[in-house]
Amino acid sequence: MQQKYHQPAVKINQLHKQFGGLHALNGVDLTIEQGEFFALLGPNGAGKSTLINTLAGLLKPSSGSVSVMGFDTVNQYQESRLNLGVVPQELVFDPFFNVREMLRFQAGYFGRGRENDAWVDEVIEGLGLTDKAHTNMRKLSGGMKRRALIAQALVHKPPVIVLDEPTAGVDVELRQMLWEFIKKLNRDGHTIILTTHYLEEAETLCSRVAMMKQGEIVALDTTTNLLKTFTGKNLRVNLGEVILPSSIAPLLRSVDKGVFTLSLSDVAQVEFVLAELRAASLKVQDLQLIEADLEDVFLSLVGSNQEGKSQFSLAGAH
Amino acid sequence: MILITPSTRGMWTLFKKELLRFWRVAFQTVASPVVTSLLYLLIFSHVLEGHVQIYPGVAYTAFLIPGLMMMSLLQNSFANSSSSIIQSKVMGSIVFLLLTPLTFLEFFIAFLSASVIRGLAVGLSVYLVARWFVEIPLVHPIWIIAFALLGSALMGAFGIIAGIYAEKFDQMAAFQNFIIMPLTFLSGVFYSIHSLPPFWQKVSQINPFFYMIDGFRYGFFGVSDVSPWLSIMVVGATFLLLAWLTLKMLKSGYKLRG
Ligand SMILES: Nc1ncnc2c1ncn2[C@@H]1O[C@H](COP(=O)(O)OP(=O)(O)O)[C@@H](O)[C@H]1O
Ligand SMILES: [Mg+2]
Repeated sequence: MQQKYHQPAVKINQLHKQFGGLHALNGVDLTIEQGEFFALLGPNGAGKSTLINTLAGLLKPSSGSVSVMGFDTVNQYQESRLNLGVVPQELVFDPFFNVREMLRFQAGYFGRGRENDAWVDEVIEGLGLTDKAHTNMRKLSGGMKRRALIAQALVHKPPVIVLDEPTAGVDVELRQMLWEFIKKLNRDGHTIILTTHYLEEAETLCSRVAMMKQGEIVALDTTTNLLKTFTGKNLRVNLGEVILPSSIAPLLRSVDKGVFTLSLSDVAQVEFVLAELRAASLKVQDLQLIEADLEDVFLSLVGSNQEGKSQFSLAGAH
Repeated sequence: MILITPSTRGMWTLFKKELLRFWRVAFQTVASPVVTSLLYLLIFSHVLEGHVQIYPGVAYTAFLIPGLMMMSLLQNSFANSSSSIIQSKVMGSIVFLLLTPLTFLEFFIAFLSASVIRGLAVGLSVYLVARWFVEIPLVHPIWIIAFALLGSALMGAFGIIAGIYAEKFDQMAAFQNFIIMPLTFLSGVFYSIHSLPPFWQKVSQINPFFYMIDGFRYGFFGVSDVSPWLSIMVVGATFLLLAWLTLKMLKSGYKLRG
């Protein structure tokens, strides 16, 4: 395969994408090195898929440039696509063929022939599709279709693999299995980029994350650094079924059966919270201080408006 | 600008896939249009045989066969590329092609060739079956082949345009019902345009389908309404125009890449 060495896996320069009046990407700059396990986080509509699709050549940049392994996605689209495997967000499939046929065709489009069949079978095996290799795509369950979709992105052994919400709508068991599979690909040297709104996914898998909001990257760092620089903590207090005093209500992140989780920007806030609870004559039955997670970082960056909040706590609750 | 990759395997794969796509359901994509043509043949020949003689010494049933062959060839070449593209657009599976390094020219050649094969397969089947019923001469086979190839290529290209342009199945049906069908029925499949009133003769003369059928028929009987050279030029020019338009659409990513 044609490949340039010492090139970043992905390099994005001042990328803008407009849909009519909508600025879906607003000057994105991003470099992802070879071998990274990278997550692109953001609420729905942040522009993650638009970024991925521009990378894949499915969308044309309004301005700016994108390259994959050093190949410009517009001027050197053939080389850039040979180096890239993309798992689309939507569960799309070709209803005419069975899994193995479809994977062989896909490999063929990338110029690969019989010599590649062993690899196709390896991918089928690795994704647990062996039993379904002769099943028509139409007849696969949702989870199996998702696996086939991932297999399809891998048939040409691309060094850079992009997965757009690979585990959306997938059950816990399959999610675990896909995580293991993707981790193995990364260990084997593939650069992995995934978009997700399951923050847990980014936190457990990825070494570096970019957080997007309204077409812009609002934070870009290693997972560890983001958590370290974020001084906030969560305070979990069990109060029973009560109403929080209005003075501390803005800190509320979630509530579950009388257990209130409050986001504190600083540990010192604990005293304030306790004082307010005492003043309101609320009895603390239990109390716990918890390290912040990516969700907290995200909320503090993206702004804890109610919309973003509910979306992310829902997503993180798995 | 890279037009074709050193390895043409990608294009070949797409061509093979497009062939398999219709061949797997040959009953519906080949046998069923053949049956339709035969129904036309039985009905029209039964009603008109003995009443109409268009060319001296050519039985009406024989006259009808090249027209029916060409009609089914054209409709099926169109159907092959257009239905494949619109289906994969509606299903979303078109991304699997758009993610590949295939060039726009490779895409064009693969879809066009598969359309040509489907058109030829249907046209040939109509011929083979019709021969059971009536003797059909083959005066100039070269003209027959030339018009069959050009006609199916022209409609294959038109099918790509329609597939890219249409966003839903009903828009595709509009292409069929408001363009393909009228052009087919006003092209002289069932009659010689000399039997039409002058106004409709003029209208037929701007219909490229007329030239495809007239030139094709010349290959069988050695007689036609206009010179086969004129027909081949009109058909060739129409093909080039449509091919140019198709390539322009594909190259720009019109309706495929946002
Ligand atoms: N093809 C398109 N045409 C018009 N607007 C689009 C298109 N694709 C995405 N958008 C808009 O761009 C914004 C970003 O969408 P998207 O990239 O899908 O977000 P995400 O993947 O982060 O959820 C949204 O407001 C979405 O409605
Ligand atoms: Mg998305």
